[in-house]
Amino acid sequence: MSRRVRSGLFLVAAVVFGSLFIWGLLGLPAFGDYQGPYGIVLEDVAVEERAGVNIVVSTTFDYRGFDTLGEEYILFAAALGAVVLLRQQRGEQKDEEEEQDHPADRQRRDTSDALRLLGLGLVGPLVVLGIYVIVHGALTPGGGFQGGIVLASAFVLVHVAGRYLILKRVRPMPLVEITEAGGAAGFVLIGLGGLIAGSTFLFNFLPLGEPGTLLSAGMIPLLNISVGLEVAGAVVLLFSEFLEQWLLRGRGGDA
Amino acid sequence: MMVLQGVLLVLVAVGGTTVVLVRDPLRQSIVAGVFGLLLGVLFFAFQAPDVALSQIVVGSLVLPAMIVLTLAKLAQLRGLDE
Amino acid sequence: MSFLPYAVAAWLLLIGLYGVVTSRHLVHLIVCLTVVQSSSYVLLLAIGYRTGAEAPIYKDIPPETPVVDPVVQALTLTDVVVEATVATLLLALAVQAQKRFGTVDPDEIATLKG
Repeated sequence: MSRRVRSGLFLVAAVVFGSLFIWGLLGLPAFGDYQGPYGIVLEDVAVEERAGVNIVVSTTFDYRGFDTLGEEYILFAAALGAVVLLRQQRGEQKDEEEEQDHPADRQRRDTSDALRLLGLGLVGPLVVLGIYVIVHGALTPGGGFQGGIVLASAFVLVHVAGRYLILKRVRPMPLVEITEAGGAAGFVLIGLGGLIAGSTFLFNFLPLGEPGTLLSAGMIPLLNISVGLEVAGAVVLLFSEFLEQWLLRGRGGDA
Repeated sequence: MMVLQGVLLVLVAVGGTTVVLVRDPLRQSIVAGVFGLLLGVLFFAFQAPDVALSQIVVGSLVLPAMIVLTLAKLAQLRGLDE
Repeated sequence: MSFLPYAVAAWLLLIGLYGVVTSRHLVHLIVCLTVVQSSSYVLLLAIGYRTGAEAPIYKDIPPETPVVDPVVQALTLTDVVVEATVATLLLALAVQAQKRFGTVDPDEIATLKG
């Protein structure tokens, strides 16, 4: 099927689909006129029942915790798939030369000094910010997913501001893999704790504490930490896999 | 509906159209980063700070970084073939 | 006028699909796919919005104020992170396509055999 036929067919299909879609959307209540019962019930009971002031995080990790388990495993599977896809193929050998640390390379740098200084200066605050966002998930906007990516970005900054070899020394690959797998397993194990405590899977069995303090909302901070570790591990793993590709028969690439 | 939300929605629609119409992938990654930021501000205007935080972090960090790395690897592969 | 968010969601979906169908480069196709994903986020958040309501965090507002729906926000925020990772998986597929077929043009890949 040639391009022109395909584009024409698409335009026809888009017009039909678009009109049906708009007709369906017209049946929704007007923007701002929210009627759903779930949200109205949650806003009344969530703060007393779970002692967490951030209702979105309470919903993600407690009321709908099972959905979050599924989403976390999609992330795990995607990272796994990317690792499998980018593995060393038959016939491609790793350029061992690039792995050595050449003193001549140290002078031949393309990145500016301002970038390197700012990058290295920001790595520490980024790690602290990532841990803060993860642990304060139940109190302020944030949580495991956002904080995990902020943590991973600290490693990306090490690569941008420094050299890939420094990154390799700072993040040994087995540690990254253990972190990611540990985070994914931790979620299930904490959920099983609910079963052991005599109730359902992912039941909030730890003492609830007082809303507004750090040690509140039962097991939600623990779940946040395990999700944060998993997300950080997955993103660093993906990033490293893409960077490793540079070393495969790398020539002329200043990693 | 507030004026701010209306303006941001129109900007998001324009941004989305621009992302599609820019054909060169390297330039498109920059436009996609800006589109991600616009979406994040829109989510703030919809009173959703958690979602906005997710979107800003992901759309301006993870996605452009991965696109640029892929393009670098593709250029390297193509340079070796020719 | 209050139909604008839904119209923007529909527009983003259609323009993203147009980009996917008429793309000449696999990486361009993947970025257009992220535009399609963002239309679903806009639609979800537009459904949950409540006029005059606050963000659903009760730290510093009195416990009786109405808030926007937290359930759609919970769905959307995990969605954003997960779909970025899936887009990365697709980019890895694009790299493999270049290695196997020597091209990243979707039209040419479709006509190659084996």
